Amino acid sequence: MNPDRNLGTLLDGTLHDTLAVSLPHFRPELCLAATIVLLLLCRMLPLLRLVDSGFLALGGVLFSLFFAWDDVLSLRGGAWASAIGDLLAGRQELFGGLLAFDSLTAYIRLLLAGFLVLFILFTKVSGIPDSEDGADFYTLVLGSTLGMCLMASANHLLMVFMAVEMASVPSYALAGLLKGRKASSEAALKYAVYGAGAAGVMLYGLSLLAGVLGTCHMPTMARALASLDSMWMPGGTGLALAIGGLMVATGLAFKLSAVPFHFWCPDVFAGAAAEIGAFLSVASKAAAIALLLRVAFGMGTTGPGPDHAVEMAGLGETRHFIVGVIALLAALTCTLGNLAAYGQTNMKRLLAYSTIAHAGYLMMGVAAAVALAGRDADASRSAVAAVCFYLVTYVFMNLAAFAIVALLRNSLRSEEIASYAGLIRTNPGIVVATGIVLVSLIGLPPLAGFISKFLVFSSVMEAVSLDAERPLMLVLLVVGGINTVISLFYYLRVLKVMTFDPPPADRTADAFPLVSIPGALVTALVVPVVSLGIFWSGLYAFARLAGAFAS
Amino acid sequence: MGIAPTLAVTQPAFWPLTLILFLPAIVAGILALPIIPRGKDDSVRWVGLATTVAVFILSLWMAVPAIFGTGSPGQFTVGEAGMQAVVKQPWIPAFNIEYLLGVDGISMPLVLLTTFLAVLAAAASWPIEKHVRPYWILFLLLETGMIGVFVSLDFFLFYVFWEVMLLPMYFLIGIWGGPRREYAAIKFFLYTLAGSVLMLLAILMLYFASDVRTLSDDQLLATHVVSPALEGADRAAALTAVHSHPKPIHTFNLLALAAIGQSPVSPFAATSFWGMTLESWAFLLLLIGFIIKVPVVPVHTWLPDAHVEAPTPISMILAGVLLKLGGYGILRICYPICPGAGLSFAWLVCGLGVVSMVYGAFAALAQKDFKRMVAYSSVSHMGYVMLGLGVWSAVAGHEYQWDAWAQGVNGAMFQMLAHGISSAGMFFMVGVLYDRVHHRNLEEFGGIFNRMPLYASLAVAIFFAGLGLPGLCGFIGEVLVTLSSWNYSRLLAVCSAFTVILTAAYILWAIQRVYLGAEYKGPHGDHLTPMTRRELAIAVPLVVLAIVFGVAPQLIFNYITPTVNRQVETLAEWTRSVHDGHPAAAGATAATDSGAVELQATIDTFTVGGGR
Repeated sequence: MNPDRNLGTLLDGTLHDTLAVSLPHFRPELCLAATIVLLLLCRMLPLLRLVDSGFLALGGVLFSLFFAWDDVLSLRGGAWASAIGDLLAGRQELFGGLLAFDSLTAYIRLLLAGFLVLFILFTKVSGIPDSEDGADFYTLVLGSTLGMCLMASANHLLMVFMAVEMASVPSYALAGLLKGRKASSEAALKYAVYGAGAAGVMLYGLSLLAGVLGTCHMPTMARALASLDSMWMPGGTGLALAIGGLMVATGLAFKLSAVPFHFWCPDVFAGAAAEIGAFLSVASKAAAIALLLRVAFGMGTTGPGPDHAVEMAGLGETRHFIVGVIALLAALTCTLGNLAAYGQTNMKRLLAYSTIAHAGYLMMGVAAAVALAGRDADASRSAVAAVCFYLVTYVFMNLAAFAIVALLRNSLRSEEIASYAGLIRTNPGIVVATGIVLVSLIGLPPLAGFISKFLVFSSVMEAVSLDAERPLMLVLLVVGGINTVISLFYYLRVLKVMTFDPPPADRTADAFPLVSIPGALVTALVVPVVSLGIFWSGLYAFARLAGAFAS
Repeated sequence: MGIAPTLAVTQPAFWPLTLILFLPAIVAGILALPIIPRGKDDSVRWVGLATTVAVFILSLWMAVPAIFGTGSPGQFTVGEAGMQAVVKQPWIPAFNIEYLLGVDGISMPLVLLTTFLAVLAAAASWPIEKHVRPYWILFLLLETGMIGVFVSLDFFLFYVFWEVMLLPMYFLIGIWGGPRREYAAIKFFLYTLAGSVLMLLAILMLYFASDVRTLSDDQLLATHVVSPALEGADRAAALTAVHSHPKPIHTFNLLALAAIGQSPVSPFAATSFWGMTLESWAFLLLLIGFIIKVPVVPVHTWLPDAHVEAPTPISMILAGVLLKLGGYGILRICYPICPGAGLSFAWLVCGLGVVSMVYGAFAALAQKDFKRMVAYSSVSHMGYVMLGLGVWSAVAGHEYQWDAWAQGVNGAMFQMLAHGISSAGMFFMVGVLYDRVHHRNLEEFGGIFNRMPLYASLAVAIFFAGLGLPGLCGFIGEVLVTLSSWNYSRLLAVCSAFTVILTAAYILWAIQRVYLGAEYKGPHGDHLTPMTRRELAIAVPLVVLAIVFGVAPQLIFNYITPTVNRQVETLAEWTRSVHDGHPAAAGATAATDSGAVELQATIDTFTVGGGR
């Protein structure tokens, strides 16, 4: 063979793969990247500085949203086909297997782009960042989101690492955005140090896995794992795999702020502006959950193929390990998050612990999905759908919660829970909105948070009833139930302060009225929290579309 | 299954039931909008009262066709045992969740009780001056929640309404309550939420174990899994679609779950965890959820606090309706769906009933606070309900006397309705006094009869109804329950009969300390003014009903007996066929067992003109 011709074929293949296959499914990310460049350009040219960076970013994100939607439609069958649940995953590997495009990618990207639109509008209303910081802020936010999109589609462990770093590094800078404030700088430093540590451990874990299995391409790794006799074979291979897996889990747990890697979370949320908290608690969490699904399913299952059944059986032990790790982290995270939220007096810290607790519930869903993967593909798909549904409701609940905190900060100059005392007297509308959000976070019907919890618990119960990792799933059910009850206290305490307690004597300014631009924003975020609690059939069908990647 | 070619709105009962259910919530939503200007508190009150009255009239139209002229489709046919006025509309097809409503002889009287007490409680809410508009919004939302629980036939929907009540109640106690309101409100919320989380687990357990494909065509139609409104080819197609489905079809339909639970090879009877069957687990989880609401010792401790701190109208609702939700849940859900577990845990239910009966009575005897005494009397009286429901399944070791079961359950149902009237009345009477003298210390009353003779006579009548004096409503339920429990355990029967003496003791002692005596020496004596017309309008209907139902209990039995008897008969047959291995056909003759004739005579005295 002529080496030149060989090289030519390779180049042709790569070119075709990049231009014809990969890039058409990469348009949302390209839009974000182009917007970042534009934002930086505007900084440099004097005349263009007058352009408002927020609206520029919004324009770019809208394009990204459009393409993300277009990608959803491109999934086989069309999104609103008569039976949306029958759609196929439409899995395609991009960029030589580094990324995967399938229903989950499409769903999470749409979610992230949609969240960004709401988030940018929210920052325009709340006034952080100011016009001076705007370009930096939006560049960092879009850059981080770009990383999150990659997290949602990573198909290769190197890509996992790069995506996590791409999403994290801008977040460190965002945490320190309030330059004058000591707490903010401290939070940024703490976040960066933790992040660097977690990244190092994760990278080491990746190298162990790659060393044993000879590849970083997750589907290939899964096949290699399936052909191993047992994880606990002699010679230390199993041990290396287990340690590698745990180390990778550490990196993911850091992104998820799962216990015991959660210490950065309350400090960062309390130190940084509420806007940053909203971004980290929603977008970052959604991407981390998507990545957890990717890695767990990438390593624990194989796609359709001639030996599918044999491979899935061979991966039973791997899945058992993955489910064990995720379930343990989920139970710990949920319980500790809820317990630690008790003593908080600062609203942002309270929401930080609430975020941690909700990460726990989400991980329960992931654990159930992986446990069910070997038992019943359709049930596993439902479990993934439950998690995806949860993420959407979570966007509205948490964004609304942080928006209320930020907007109340603007008028009351405080983020302490005590400063909200007696707001019902002057601002009943805001208190009702807060009440709806918090009650939805507790998970009471007829609000969206209840449906999410119901779906996750029902998936875990389905795993119990199908005898998939039964003891573990039973523990998760009990832990989830107990946690729902304990979480009642601290959410309700905020409501209690707002309604029962008399207003402080030294309050100078009133909160904003509901009939105003900030009020309209809060209303727009709260209405879905209510309506998704009643009319959730459509969204659930859509979430099942995302779950198609698991079946 | 979801395919319903007839739109729900064309179903005859759609509008009546939906309006009864959602009218309060809709008006609450309207009140939340700034349509009525600030400061016009009286307009808000009138709108609220008018809503409750409208809902009451609607439910009366449905439940008592005799008043309005029979014949309209959607009205309730008295004396029919089955589920009526069923409304079925798919809600979440992915989980087979439906907007499935219906009423039968068990739920219809409870709906009527709810709408009736809502009117009275609305009238009793007039003196509430603080934050009038939010109060009425929450009050109306609460009404929707309560009615929703009684009319839902879908377990998911049931659960949603069950939880919808929590938040309004929390705020109603927490904002408008007495000095320790915050503590009482959170305690109420916490207890109930803990119970409902357990209930949610049980719901999911049953859901995933259920499979409607195992039901026969007749059962599918009877349980409204396939709408019986379908005709001909549509019906055949829907039935085939169910039976030919490749995977199990889970369901939240309460009727279907009951049919599955009572089938000879019930999937719920499979052994689940730690050697117990799935239905045992579900039964226990559900039971805990329900007895917290009833409430039963030892999970009753939220009740005295909540009652004492709640404002008068909310106490009326709490005692009159909310406690009944627990009993209703046990009757509608626990037993029909988990009959095997009901049988094996009969001792538990009966024992809990008797313990709360006795404990509640002793605790009432020890109270110094008038309202707290009435609250403990509720614990004691609801014990009768538990005992009556428990003896249902309690005849396993003895001869089968299905009519003794039926007697107990009929007694329990009657006791729930009677207690709804008498306890709401008692709380209102305490409230009338509290509004005037602003204390409730039993030691500082006395001589009220001389100062307010009309009020005192009405109050004494209501307290006698609570005591269970023959001729008043409290008597019938207690006596039926006590009689029926004799067959199960003589000890329990003796205990429950003995409790009547304790009840008499604390009520008579309270009457003596409050109403009798030479003169009132407590604080604010000059405020003891006669009852206002508004107060009379609340008290008189309660007293009249207490007497009417005591004299003519068949007014209630006409509704409840057919349904209760049918349910008991079905379960008796199930017990015979499954537990003792007798063929089901033998069941029809079992009612003639020795000794049953006597009991049948007793029940017949109360059910003149009843369904049987």
